Amino acid sequence: MTWRTARVVGLHDETATARTLALVVHDWPGHVAGQHVDMRLTAADGYSAVRSYSIASASSSDRRIDLTIERLPNGEVSPYLTKEVMVGDELELRGPIGGWFVWRSDQTEPIQLVAGGSGIVPLMAMLRSRGSAGSSAPFRLLYSVREPETVFYRDELRALSNQGDAVVITYAYTRVTPKDWPRPAGRIDAPLIATGTWPSTLRPTSYVCGPTSFVEHATDLLIAAGHDREKIRTERFGATGERK
Amino acid sequence: MAIISRGFSGRRSAADAKLPPGQYLTTDFPVLSAGPTPHIALDRWEFTIDDGSNVLKRWDWKTLRELPTEAITVDLHCVTRWSKLGTSWEGVALDVLLANVKTDLPYAMFRSYGDYTTNLPLKDVMNKQAWIAFKYDGADLEPEHGGPARLLVPHHYLWKSAKWVKGMTLMPHDKPGFWENLGYHIYGDPWKEQRYSEE
Repeated sequence: MTWRTARVVGLHDETATARTLALVVHDWPGHVAGQHVDMRLTAADGYSAVRSYSIASASSSDRRIDLTIERLPNGEVSPYLTKEVMVGDELELRGPIGGWFVWRSDQTEPIQLVAGGSGIVPLMAMLRSRGSAGSSAPFRLLYSVREPETVFYRDELRALSNQGDAVVITYAYTRVTPKDWPRPAGRIDAPLIATGTWPSTLRPTSYVCGPTSFVEHATDLLIAAGHDREKIRTERFGATGERK
Repeated sequence: MAIISRGFSGRRSAADAKLPPGQYLTTDFPVLSAGPTPHIALDRWEFTIDDGSNVLKRWDWKTLRELPTEAITVDLHCVTRWSKLGTSWEGVALDVLLANVKTDLPYAMFRSYGDYTTNLPLKDVMNKQAWIAFKYDGADLEPEHGGPARLLVPHHYLWKSAKWVKGMTLMPHDKPGFWENLGYHIYGDPWKEQRYSEE
């Protein structure tokens, strides 16, 4: 798999600690929603560090991809990508990588997305690919965040949920809720799964992405609610995983 | 020729010298699995060796735990680029399980609860290179890390160390398992950086 040159063509802060890099990738072969890339940084003396990041943008035939990167306090690569990189810089990446945690536009069954924190990134690629492909597959997103300020893609998600019933979005706040929010702050639980996700009788395919403890908890709840474990796909990242 | 990342110096440590190419050191224990974590009751657990048509050997939890065990200290290398050094395990060497198995089939497909599979040459799991591990750091192996028992084959990338392992099928020819079918390398040697099937 070859390393490709990616030129930074745009930067956008999603939250105080997460930034989206818009890239134009030389000879990009295209990707499927849910896939990731390996990004390589090289120091002047030849030392290099590589990390994997999920693609946030829809699968498309042009050479542009977006990556949204959460800055980890003690990260080696993410602080550079979210603070130092400027428009016009050239970076190196390879991919796309991954053939399991993906949504393809020929899937017509109901889709349940469950995101914990920055785990929203590959799921956003699925929501965007649904739109760009003109898919009518019914999607629901359960998005768990610490507090309202940590929501990625806030305006775009609001626009999606205002388009009718095709995409239904439920938020869960674990530490701080918006003012007058009906549910107290806390991690997701069985009542929220019951009201905020597809019933298991519809046999949705579920994609669960987030920190390990979140994914373990969410998949246990989905299985307890009657979902087939074969219909649940997961992507986890550890504290130092720097995946996403 | 790599593009120099202006202003990037990176963070290196003495331990990096012990790492395979492209890996970085972590001290926690990240989890990567394709699906939900299965929870397997010990009274329903079993491990079998078969040749594709007949079961050659079968252990339940009690008979497996009666076999001689070893303390194992090894470095782990995940294809997602983290490495963890000096991890402590306890398990049964595959040599013990294969001791009375007469076969000239040179490959194995390991099978897990939750339908995960991964392939390995038989010679790579013999001669103290692979174990069925059920303790990590002195405690029973947690389900999210593959408990009650997982394969431990540390000279390959960690996806080969199948969690929730329940058996192995001996095969005449090599055949890709779960991740090997999805673009990951058929053999997966971290020191040769065999991450993906195209390299």
